[in-house]
Amino acid sequence: MSGPNTNYDPVEVSALDPEQVEANVADALSAITAATSLEELKAARIAHAGEKSPLALANREIGALPPSAKAEAGKRVGQARGQVNKALATRQAELEAERDERILVEEAMDLTVRPDRRPFGHRHPLTLTAERMADVMVGMGWEIAEGPGVEAEWFNFDALNFDKDHPARQMQDTFFVDPADAGIVLRTHTSPGQARSLLERGAPLYVAVPGKTFRTDELDATHTPVFHQMEGLAIDEGLTMAHLKGTLDRLASELFGEGLKTRLRPAYFPFTEPSAEMDFQCFVCRGDDAECRTCGGTGWIEWGGCGMVNHNVLRACGIDPQRYQGFAFGMGVERSLMFRNHLADMREIIEGDVRFNAQFGMEI
Amino acid sequence: MRVPLDWLREYAEVPAGTTGTQVAADLVRVGLEEEGLHGGDVQGPLVVGRVLEVTPEKQKNGKTINWCQVDVGEANGTGEPQGIVCGAHNFGVGDLVPVILPGGVLPGNFEISARKTYGHVSAGMICSSLELGLGDDHDGIIVLTDWLGAGAEGLEPGQDAIPLLGLDRETVEVNVTPDRGYCFSLRGIAREYSHSTGAAYRDPALVRVVDGQEQPLTAPAATADGFGVELRDEAPLDGVQGCDRFVTRIVRGLDPQAPTPAWMATRLTEAGMRPISLAVDISNYVMLALGQPTHAYDLHKLAGPIVVRRARAGERLTTLDDVERALDPEDLLITDGGETVLGLAGVMGGASSEVSDTTTDVLIEAAHFDPRTVARTSRRHKLTSEASKRFERGVDHELAPQAAQLIVELMVEHGGGTADPAVTDAGQVSPPEPITFEVSMPTRYVGVDYPRERVVEVLETIGCTVTAGAEVTPAEATGADGTGSAGASDGILTVTPPSWRPDLTTPPDLVEEVARIDGYDQIPSVLPTAPGGRGLTHAQRVRRTVAAALAGQGLDEVLTYPFVGESRFDDLGLGADDHRRHAVRLANPLSDEAPLMRTELLQTLPDAVRRNLGRGAKDVALFEIDTVTLPDLARKAPVPGVGVKPDDAVLEEILAAVPHQPWHVAMVATGQAERAGWWGAGRATDVTDVVGWAHAVCDALGVSVERRQSEREPFHPGRCVELTLSDGTTIGWAGELHPKVVKALGVPDRTVAAELDLEVLIAASDRRAQGAPLSNHPPAGSDIALTVSRSVSFGDLLESVRAGAGELLESVRLFDVYRGDQIGDDQQSLAFHLTFRADDRTLTTEEVNAARDAAVARAARDHGAVQR
Repeated sequence: MSGPNTNYDPVEVSALDPEQVEANVADALSAITAATSLEELKAARIAHAGEKSPLALANREIGALPPSAKAEAGKRVGQARGQVNKALATRQAELEAERDERILVEEAMDLTVRPDRRPFGHRHPLTLTAERMADVMVGMGWEIAEGPGVEAEWFNFDALNFDKDHPARQMQDTFFVDPADAGIVLRTHTSPGQARSLLERGAPLYVAVPGKTFRTDELDATHTPVFHQMEGLAIDEGLTMAHLKGTLDRLASELFGEGLKTRLRPAYFPFTEPSAEMDFQCFVCRGDDAECRTCGGTGWIEWGGCGMVNHNVLRACGIDPQRYQGFAFGMGVERSLMFRNHLADMREIIEGDVRFNAQFGMEI
Repeated sequence: MRVPLDWLREYAEVPAGTTGTQVAADLVRVGLEEEGLHGGDVQGPLVVGRVLEVTPEKQKNGKTINWCQVDVGEANGTGEPQGIVCGAHNFGVGDLVPVILPGGVLPGNFEISARKTYGHVSAGMICSSLELGLGDDHDGIIVLTDWLGAGAEGLEPGQDAIPLLGLDRETVEVNVTPDRGYCFSLRGIAREYSHSTGAAYRDPALVRVVDGQEQPLTAPAATADGFGVELRDEAPLDGVQGCDRFVTRIVRGLDPQAPTPAWMATRLTEAGMRPISLAVDISNYVMLALGQPTHAYDLHKLAGPIVVRRARAGERLTTLDDVERALDPEDLLITDGGETVLGLAGVMGGASSEVSDTTTDVLIEAAHFDPRTVARTSRRHKLTSEASKRFERGVDHELAPQAAQLIVELMVEHGGGTADPAVTDAGQVSPPEPITFEVSMPTRYVGVDYPRERVVEVLETIGCTVTAGAEVTPAEATGADGTGSAGASDGILTVTPPSWRPDLTTPPDLVEEVARIDGYDQIPSVLPTAPGGRGLTHAQRVRRTVAAALAGQGLDEVLTYPFVGESRFDDLGLGADDHRRHAVRLANPLSDEAPLMRTELLQTLPDAVRRNLGRGAKDVALFEIDTVTLPDLARKAPVPGVGVKPDDAVLEEILAAVPHQPWHVAMVATGQAERAGWWGAGRATDVTDVVGWAHAVCDALGVSVERRQSEREPFHPGRCVELTLSDGTTIGWAGELHPKVVKALGVPDRTVAAELDLEVLIAASDRRAQGAPLSNHPPAGSDIALTVSRSVSFGDLLESVRAGAGELLESVRLFDVYRGDQIGDDQQSLAFHLTFRADDRTLTTEEVNAARDAAVARAARDHGAVQR
């Protein structure tokens, strides 16, 4: 430390002595290098570059020097402090990088087990299937129509050429709304949508009608009193059974596998003539495996009914059968889902068990 | 309909070696779907064996087996006795038994091979009736002398036992569609088989095969002294006589004890009918063979004449099934002398005139009844018989005399009776109506090019009479220039269907015949070009969006049955006059517990929650999107008939009577909204979640929502909010279920629920949302805490703050609520965070403070709120 300069006899202060400065620098550098943490470096900074560090004190002495000595001492001390500060900065950067790296390691979390913090919801595969079927029809330029589940008996039967006394009407296992002569039933098929669409929109018409249907069946592995169908109806000039087959082939191929075909077998429905049952080719064996468990070795899987729309249906809807003709088809959505996604028991579809949904994504 | 192959072979030339599977496939091609195959699943060698030695050997397990030496002749290739182990004991040395040798296959695809068992190599098996699929006796093997009786005489070891036991007999079961009544007979099935395969067909209504010889089946003409029959239908349905043909024949001197011949009993059994007595069996046999139901009366119990008439009010009849029935004036009756009711025409006879085991003289009835009359009677009395099944689908009206003749012949042959020459054939049948048919129609309809010759050929094959030209040639068919006339008449056919095809009445019916006989597999696949649609409707897209939004919120979509009972309304706490109790009722519900159609989805959705909990789930959040049924005034829907468009007024009436069925969405949740885990604590689902999900639905549709604290069943009275559109229209309710409801439904405490009317949301969202430019200037925030009476709702206070803050306010959020010691008991302190932003400038502190103060001032004015 220096005393006041009382006698104006410049005293050569030892702090500015070149050796001393050099020693201070060396001390500082070694302390900086020795610092292994940001805390130690902070202490070294205070000790060697702080306001009371030897070099700072030496700097303060410069003012007391005679002008002739000031320049040299100033240069010496300045260079020394610069050297120390640079070393500090370098070490600071090194230690910060080390710290950052260490924190990342320390903060690591094991994410190899799914954190099931928030439940994930699901759509129901049946509605997704119905939507997918509808989308295929929309892709072909058709529109999607709807009708009520609680339906007028006339729409469910008479409009579709089910005569009141026809055995086919009795075979439908119909739920009747009370009183039984109210003329209201739970629709036994989506086919009333045909009549409703024709009456509302007229011809030409290309519509599909997905929806809920009802029959008085007890629930078991292959029956449910409440189920879903999709109806298709095309009325135009010059439509033939070949167009029916083309439409079914496309739908089957979109739902069950590229290139899968359908097969028509003669059948009877009051609202179509000619009528057919339709099968789609087994997507597992394509008819090549007599032991196939999916199709029972026949190569075909029953899908639904179809045919050319009966003239009486057209007439009931005010369409001229001399000018327009067309086809209709209907298939079970449950059945389509079961075969598409390998389900064995229909009950799982209606029980609402969340484990059932969870097997599928939002897109099936 | 069961089709014994052996019987089919009598009417159609089925190639030798054709299997039941092949026949079923042939029948499917023409529209007779396979329902099952019976028999024919044993593969030989199954031979007659004579037991030479039986050595009982006691086994360690306490069982005694027999080590047998059996003579199977040359069937084993060596002529040496066959060593076979057998566990049964009901036979002895010298007995003839069926033996299946290695290489044979038993039903169930059970292959037989020589195998080591009980210390011997057993080379085959002595079979029980169960093993051969002939019965259910497993304990004893078949001893052929007992099994076959006299038929076992002259059997030789080594002889093929398959035909001996009838194991080569196969029966194909097919489904007959309602239009093909004639296929409820071997006659019809054989004809269809012939159509499918081209096999030669022999019509059993015209020809009999007796002892391998064909002989014509010729019915005598009616005689003047035939048994009296009067057809007196005074109330025909739709002008159609209930009975248009009634044939009677008489056979006298029958032996009432005469047995049914074995071949007939076998055929009946294979066709699924039980042999009863000769008279009944012959009637059933002829019905199965030809499709004509008949009835046999004890002649001595009849006074005559037979009168066919409609029932009178108050008449009753005890039918053969021992049920006394009150008759309806629409029922058609067979009566004795017009007074004594003998039976329901075409459905079932009565007990009084039945043939018995003392009947020697019988009157045979073979009649043709109106399908509609029979169908209605059958339905009215819930009485379906083999006869009604056929008559309501239509019986060949030419068949009655032939069927009666066949019955007479069989009765004479097997019952020892004599045919009485007296024959009745009353009534007048209408011949089939000819159909004018454009020869191009099949091609135009099916998309396959059918040449004229092919069309005619097919129609003739199925029995139609085809003539060229329309029945009445239109004068204009002849062109003025003399050309084109040939084309016009060439293009038209007059087609008269055969008597056995009453289902063929329109040109499309004939198109189907051409297409199916030519083969549906000939139809090409052509994708039609639709004119181009408009995509999904707004309503359809809304439902998908709502479902996706809720699934995204963590809920699972389910589908529940729409049936409920009144007790569920009680569970939900609905008041006695709650309109939601007013539900559509089913006349024939599956369960009397649930005869109503739900009026809200929340009436059935809890069932799915409970099922999941019952299966071990803890955290359950479900939603359902479906329609509910809201009954209007009890109106009846008219049911005008087929084939005619109802006039607008009637159509309007039909449409108006259909109940309103709006789409709803409902949610129910219980358990954890967030699970605890190594990441930290969990959080139970509470009412804020369900209110949030209800908002998520509206947000997804861009519909802005207002809220009103509400009291409504089934919710907790203090934890329920009504959501509305800004015009006040109700969207729905969300809240926590009432503690009593929770208990009644059996779901966990604090279960939350919501139900929204999707129709309201569909309508409200059916508009194009308008975008506005976003401000590039920074937001400025400011918090305020307001103390206010607890009687002020959060929502009301927030709206005042919003209104007071003015146009610079971007958003306001309630972030804290304090109720406690530091303020009065009836006070609450609500903290809001306000965010301000201007479109055109950065806001100054002064501006923000002014807006904030205005918000506070407005809250003070509206609700007496004081800033803390």
